[in-house]
Amino acid sequence: MNNFKRGLKAGIPIGLGYLSVSFTFGIMAVSTGFSWWQAVVISMTTLTSAGQFSGIKTMLIPGQYAEMLISQFTINIRYSFMSISLSQKLAPQFKSLSRWLLGFFITDEIFAVASTEKEVTRSYFGGLAVAPWFGWTLGTLSGALLGEVLPEQVMSALSLAIYGMFVAIITPEMKKSRPIVVVVIIAVALSCAFTYIPGLKEVSGGLAISICAIAAAGIGAALFPVKE
Amino acid sequence: MDNTEFWIYLLLMAGSTYLVRVIPFVLVKKKIENRFIKSFLTYIPYAVLAAMTIPSALFATRYVWSAAIGLLVALILGLKGKSLTVVAVAACAAVFLAELIPMAF
Repeated sequence: MNNFKRGLKAGIPIGLGYLSVSFTFGIMAVSTGFSWWQAVVISMTTLTSAGQFSGIKTMLIPGQYAEMLISQFTINIRYSFMSISLSQKLAPQFKSLSRWLLGFFITDEIFAVASTEKEVTRSYFGGLAVAPWFGWTLGTLSGALLGEVLPEQVMSALSLAIYGMFVAIITPEMKKSRPIVVVVIIAVALSCAFTYIPGLKEVSGGLAISICAIAAAGIGAALFPVKE
Repeated sequence: MDNTEFWIYLLLMAGSTYLVRVIPFVLVKKKIENRFIKSFLTYIPYAVLAAMTIPSALFATRYVWSAAIGLLVALILGLKGKSLTVVAVAACAAVFLAELIPMAF
């Protein structure tokens, strides 16, 4: 099987997972006053979960441009680390132009799956991006159009989809690696601290997540350096 | 929100998200040799996902306890190595079923 097809296949479960998460996004966007096409355009051009959920809240209040940039930057700074991490595995033919084009598709899940490759080729990565992008777009469209007909219970249940997917990415690695268990525990403890402790809880959500992640991964790297 | 406002916001959101992803992707062409940075890059995805999930996920559904049940189901299936899709769908189903219970009384 060629690399593109292999990537395409590997992307299908991500695409399906994205359907439910972006469905929730479509519902939320429309219920807070966006039109269906605006929700779809946001998903097509931004392709991110946490950033979009936070972004539409910011968009409701006019003129918060700096706030938008700062919150997006802090929520999404993790992608920079993923890009750097992925850059270490790219095949030699993965040159600048392909990086400008395909870099758009770096998401948590696409990164997680691509990381399991020994060498990431252009065709594999391109194939991998197809199903998630269509899933994200179609899910948003369906949520935006059908959201209002769904009962509250269904919407409540769908809100957990994204977190279910996160848990599914983390747990297999926790089984394989003790350092990752420690990193996860530190990250969770810090994130709880930023949610409940006065003073800390005034820090905005996106920035708090980046601080927690950088601290946890930093402690992990200091305590458990990976083998050469 | 008027249309102009929407497009300005979209440009800021989509543009900044794109640049945050693509700039390091284009600039970093050499192999990183520093062991600390290599280790940090290995751990960062899990640290991010963990911090994003807990405690936020507990407030995602209508009740904290139904979210907790959903997360528990996700954790068990995740440990069993089920695919992303299966775990996500099962977590949603668990929340849905759990929220039916109070209605039975």
